[in-house]
Amino acid sequence: MIDFLTSQLGVSIIVALVVIGAMQGGVAYCIYFERKISAWIQDRYGPNRVGPLGLLQPIADGLKFFFKEDVVPRHVDRALYVLAPAIIFIVAGVGFAVIPWGGQLRIGERLVNIQVANPDIGLLYILGVASMGVYGVVLGGWASNSKYSFYGGIRATAQMLSYEIPMGVCILVVVLTMGSLRLESITLQQTEYWLGGLIPKWNVFLHPLAFLILFITALAEANRTPFDLAEAEQELVGGYHTEYSALKFGMFFLAEYSHMLTSSAFIAVLFLGGWHFPWFSWTQPEMTTWYAVLAKMLVLALKIVLFIFVTMWIRWTLPRFRFDQLMRLAWKGLIPMTLGLFVVSVVLLYIGEHRAPLWTLGGNAVVLAVALVVAGTSREAVTGRQPNMPRIDLALRGPLRVSRTTAEASA
Amino acid sequence: MIRDEDILDIDEPHLSAAERLYLPQILGGMVTTLRHMGKTLLDKPMTVQYPEEQRTLRKENYRGVHRLNKDEDGRVACVACFMCSTACPAHCIHIEAGESPWQDREKYPVKFDIDELRCIYCGMCEEACPVDAIELTPQYDLVGRTREEMILGKDELLAIFDETDDGKPRKNPRITGYPNTGDRAPFEAQADAADIIPTEPKSEGGHA
Repeated sequence: MIDFLTSQLGVSIIVALVVIGAMQGGVAYCIYFERKISAWIQDRYGPNRVGPLGLLQPIADGLKFFFKEDVVPRHVDRALYVLAPAIIFIVAGVGFAVIPWGGQLRIGERLVNIQVANPDIGLLYILGVASMGVYGVVLGGWASNSKYSFYGGIRATAQMLSYEIPMGVCILVVVLTMGSLRLESITLQQTEYWLGGLIPKWNVFLHPLAFLILFITALAEANRTPFDLAEAEQELVGGYHTEYSALKFGMFFLAEYSHMLTSSAFIAVLFLGGWHFPWFSWTQPEMTTWYAVLAKMLVLALKIVLFIFVTMWIRWTLPRFRFDQLMRLAWKGLIPMTLGLFVVSVVLLYIGEHRAPLWTLGGNAVVLAVALVVAGTSREAVTGRQPNMPRIDLALRGPLRVSRTTAEASA
Repeated sequence: MIRDEDILDIDEPHLSAAERLYLPQILGGMVTTLRHMGKTLLDKPMTVQYPEEQRTLRKENYRGVHRLNKDEDGRVACVACFMCSTACPAHCIHIEAGESPWQDREKYPVKFDIDELRCIYCGMCEEACPVDAIELTPQYDLVGRTREEMILGKDELLAIFDETDDGKPRKNPRITGYPNTGDRAPFEAQADAADIIPTEPKSEGGHA
């Protein structure tokens, strides 16, 4: 038994169980912190009635979801309607499997990875699983057989497909720089230093622009403000989950937060060195004791919390994009910029300077400068009436019809 | 018909390169929200924690639940003149007048019902009352489980007077309350001369 528990498989199972549990708790408390942060930003207290500081609020919310009546409307496609929240929930959860949580742990003679699985294609796995998330949204919108849900689903599809392109290209930039798809080795390569231990070799110092774009696309993929058009309350009631209630709605709700957690962990591993914290000996790859593993897990958790905080901060600051602005940002802004970065990385890889910060930072600066020049010289309207919209014909302007019914009555 | 001169065509403001990139503007907004968050965390939020903390109201002119004032003898001050129910825009005051058991006035309200759900708390009744008998109090936490419960009768309105008398004393206590006498003339003459309405403290008139 002890043998099994200390083998890689046993450790993987333990890690999986712990991570699933921690993630559910983390998601519940994400909602609590979301409400707290929104309150602080709006000069309020936030939830403070259930338990000390309102800390039991997520439990009360969860119980409420359980005891609500689970309404399945009669006009829905039952099979897909039930399947959709399950898909989105599972998909949001399994992405965690390849995140390296704490480097390696030495048990006796053996070294085991604190990771559920360490496949060669870790990055591809995350990309594949993350893009499955769109099925939950689309199926939820389609199966509900409601116009609001349907529009929400359609918007989410177009948005997720569009933002997956810059996301993929950004990840390609990292892959070209690191030469690996395995997340553990990407982390390991970031634990070295430049300038004699002054600056860690984190990818964010190599490709800050790619980091920024990846963060933006992660927001869009998780349907977070300013990209939450799929659930725009003012236009679509609740968006794709309008027709859902009780725990099914809760699963959509929790999936959004698990998605945030997964993408935060993912970005932290790709660009911020995962569990590595510079100048602190416990979080170096050579350390394989149990306390070093705990310290590494804590470092990664703190990086995730940082991303979650920024995501929430953005949510309570920015208004939502209009749909054409969203599409323009992806297709005319992010995709050309990421393609530029990709070309830069390929050229640097060819001349063998792909890990030289001066070269990569220069490449990033060139891409950003070109984007600035193009954006600054363009006269195309960004807000308001767009050139592709029909002209207002003054001659066609007739009497004002108060409403359709009065117009019909007078006709 | 929309006339052409009513129409204002507005040009789109031209955005600079920084504005087109969104990022500087976004960072500016995020600084603003961070400032608010810091202020809230370091200082106290402006929320009033209601059941424990309560706002201090301006008692003189807050328009809450009504009360029926009592005169100095403890009798209902209302003379059932129907001015308030006439003035009421919501028609929420229902008075039944009866012959007064006291000699200093002709009528008094046998029933005086206010439907607090219909009331719009405009204070017109208070303005209309010639003897300052009906007043709005600073009480605002009126609750009930049925609509019938929210129709306050004379006794309830008089009880609210006892509850709120300390915080908001009656505006002009001497305006009614002639002492029990068959002859009003000397008092009225005195009142005309002094421009007030005199009374004698505590006579044996008592409650109805």
